[in-house]
Amino acid sequence: MIKGGVHQPIAHDSAVKHVTGRAEYCDDIPEPAGTLHAYLGVSEVAHGRITGMDLSAVLAAPGVVGVLTAKDIPGENQISAVGAGDEPIFAEEVVEFHGQPLFAVVAETRDAARRAAAQAKIEINTLDPVVTVGDAVERGMPHVTAPLTLVRGDAAAGLARSANRIRGRMEIGGQEHLYLEGHIAFAIPGEDEDVVVHCSTQHPSEAQHMVAHVLGVPSHSVVVNVRRMGGGFGGKESQMNLFACVAAVAAKRWNRPVKIRPDRDQDMASTGKRHDFLCSYEVGFDDDGRIEAVDAELAARCGVAADLSGPVTDRALFHADNAYFFPDVRLSSRPMKTHTVSNTAFRGFGGPQGVVMGERIIEEIAYALGRDPLEIRKANFYSAGRDVTPYHQTVEDNILERIVGELEERSDYQARRSAVLEENATGGLIRRGIALTPVKFGISFTATWYNQAGALVHVYNDGSIMLNHGGTEMGQGLNIKVAQVVADAFQVDLDLVKVTKTTTEKVPNSSATAASSGSDLNGMAARDACEQIKARLVEFACDSKGIKPEEVEFRPGHVRVGDADIGWADFVKSAYLARVQLSAAGFYKTPKIHWDRETGQGRPFYYFAYGAACSEVSVDTLTGEYQVERVDILHDVGRSLNPAIDVGQVEGGFIQGMGWLTTEELWWDAQGRLRTHAPSTYKIPLASDRPRAFNVTLAEWSVNPERTIKRSKAVGEPPFMLAISVLEALSMAVASVADYRECPRLDAPATPERVLMAVERMRGVV
Amino acid sequence: MSQIHVITTINGDETEFLCEAQETLLDVLRDHLDLTGSKEGCGTGDCGACSVIVDGRLVCACLMLAGEAEGRSVETIEGMADGDDLHPLQQKFLEMAALQCGVCTPGILVATKNLLERNPNPTEEEVRYWLAGNLCRCTGYDKIIRAVMDTAADMRGAA
Repeated sequence: MIKGGVHQPIAHDSAVKHVTGRAEYCDDIPEPAGTLHAYLGVSEVAHGRITGMDLSAVLAAPGVVGVLTAKDIPGENQISAVGAGDEPIFAEEVVEFHGQPLFAVVAETRDAARRAAAQAKIEINTLDPVVTVGDAVERGMPHVTAPLTLVRGDAAAGLARSANRIRGRMEIGGQEHLYLEGHIAFAIPGEDEDVVVHCSTQHPSEAQHMVAHVLGVPSHSVVVNVRRMGGGFGGKESQMNLFACVAAVAAKRWNRPVKIRPDRDQDMASTGKRHDFLCSYEVGFDDDGRIEAVDAELAARCGVAADLSGPVTDRALFHADNAYFFPDVRLSSRPMKTHTVSNTAFRGFGGPQGVVMGERIIEEIAYALGRDPLEIRKANFYSAGRDVTPYHQTVEDNILERIVGELEERSDYQARRSAVLEENATGGLIRRGIALTPVKFGISFTATWYNQAGALVHVYNDGSIMLNHGGTEMGQGLNIKVAQVVADAFQVDLDLVKVTKTTTEKVPNSSATAASSGSDLNGMAARDACEQIKARLVEFACDSKGIKPEEVEFRPGHVRVGDADIGWADFVKSAYLARVQLSAAGFYKTPKIHWDRETGQGRPFYYFAYGAACSEVSVDTLTGEYQVERVDILHDVGRSLNPAIDVGQVEGGFIQGMGWLTTEELWWDAQGRLRTHAPSTYKIPLASDRPRAFNVTLAEWSVNPERTIKRSKAVGEPPFMLAISVLEALSMAVASVADYRECPRLDAPATPERVLMAVERMRGVV
Repeated sequence: MSQIHVITTINGDETEFLCEAQETLLDVLRDHLDLTGSKEGCGTGDCGACSVIVDGRLVCACLMLAGEAEGRSVETIEGMADGDDLHPLQQKFLEMAALQCGVCTPGILVATKNLLERNPNPTEEEVRYWLAGNLCRCTGYDKIIRAVMDTAADMRGAA
């Protein structure tokens, strides 16, 4: 067996560099002499007309080389990721969010640039901002992009004939990415129109095209490089374009290298986040808790521009069913414009908000009927004959019954639920809650053309292999997984394979590393490149030895050629001497998928990934503070390419989801200023918040029925939604104070403050 | 503005540098001394990515002025391994996959090394609360906490 083939739990390829501090991130690249530093000057008000911009004091500040404003953009002052034309780099006449860039100052040092930026005298006639999604709906703000409606059957008729109906609404908060490495771009000018931009982007090709557009040059003049990112989570999918463009424009303007790195406060105020949603739902159901019909509207705070809000709100609708069959259904999205920073991609991409609403509906039914929510879930799972989604895709690969059944047993759910009920019945101040929730998550970009990838594989004549692909490494272990695929294809040890930095020079027109698609797409593209080279090697062996293709076999570390075993390096060397091409560009496009947004029908997803989590919490009903006592997870990654990496994704996704639903509260004041703009005020989970017991298992029996890379499944986003079990466990603890007679309608994030208010509400105090 | 001349010890080596009065220790480590293993996550002492040990005490390098390093002994991530020989914590972190993007990793390793020097036998609760000043956005902390507990046990066994 080779060392480091597929399905082996291999450490991250950069692990030694990570633990020694030698891994090079964008800000660690040695700066050439003459490097300048840029910093953004931003709007201090959320909405208004610019009446004056006096930058004389900025220009006069020590160390300042110059400033850039809208009129200094050589190409178009526009960076909308979807071509909506609604995102200027620098505002010209109107500002529409607090933190919106107005200009950039370029100076000899970052400190000088940062201090100088504060010297600007900006005059703005302040206008009333629309800050929340509720306000946006009430005040008739426009949609930033076209809404979507999914319809199957007749929701109104279904509701009308239901024995029971419940109508409700739910607020679901947004989330800051808080990647530990903030945004950064470093541009180095070249000859002619050329510029090289090192930056921390999940979408190098888009950054390349955007820089070219802003400079007014062809894409061939721009190179974007990404060695690694310090976390991305979607926050660096489109949001890096701003920084890449400013650095590139400045670098060409002054013909010197220019780096831009906002401080954490500016990073948080000036770049987009997860969309917060306001959902209104009505569900009809029978006396056994079986859903008859659902009608729901999901309104999202999109901020000022379209950015990725269209596909984000679409994905929310695609996931509002989570794992459940809705016989008659109507789901509609409302991507609302607000005077806040334009919201963007974040792990799950709208899907989690949809699932949270779907699970709220389950809770409503359970409390109305006085049943365990898990029973209601099981009664509504997709099953034979009840297997068509609201977007008319048939669910063919459902394994939730087995996953939930195994987890129920493994976590001892029934006995523990009884114990919780018993303990709560004693009426103590500390109340407990337990919940077991499933996840079904659709895999593929809903923008079908994004489901393509390229890779470049070189075999050098010493037998070593260079691998490059269009995906980006942000800590998720994509590079090691794809390298394992290549090692497996050639049957060589993993240390012969070197993964090189992502660059638009090697693989063009790549898609964002997003939608959990990284290893699915790039793994297949790399395999295609390997198979091309292997085919040539087999042909060479057959020609030179006069044997048949089936007599050539790639075995661990060597190649069987007829009766002879030839070491890999010797075999490659002889192929080189025989003038065999040892390099190939691989390509992959996902089969089977199609989607017609106009009709709301198709098969947007190649397959689904599944999982389930059981969480138990205890809540102090005097303060609202809580502790997550125990979490058990069983998650499906198909045949894991790398179980060590995949378990890490499941754990990290769960905790990040737990943060989103519990302590992470974004708070804007009435003037539209984000007041939680640093880790001092925005609370992501800490080591001390980790569940007291945390048992994470992969469903080892699962094999992807579709022909994905080595039958694995995507893992980046699906586990994020496992954390809904924590929200629901908190909800149960709250419900106990009113003897579970009423659904507590605990909105997210369930901060201790919100939990306390819910407890008081259930007690009838307020 | 006149610069400050500082003589200090970094990872056991006597080191001299010139800095501005307002420069932080983190600025000097990263920008003047090419010790880029310490990271700036927030610049306000809230994330721990720049954790270093100064005279045996764990500090955020972003909150300490470089001039204050005069006459002190500073330990950074770059001094944790002995050449190619990794510190047991480093070895365990990579064996147990207790890292993902790697930006918090240096600070967490420096912080836990300092913990184990103070307390070779911490409880899991003590580890979790000691690391509450070091944010990690990727891993969910579980493997980190387990790696620290395992290393502590190994090191006690070896001692």
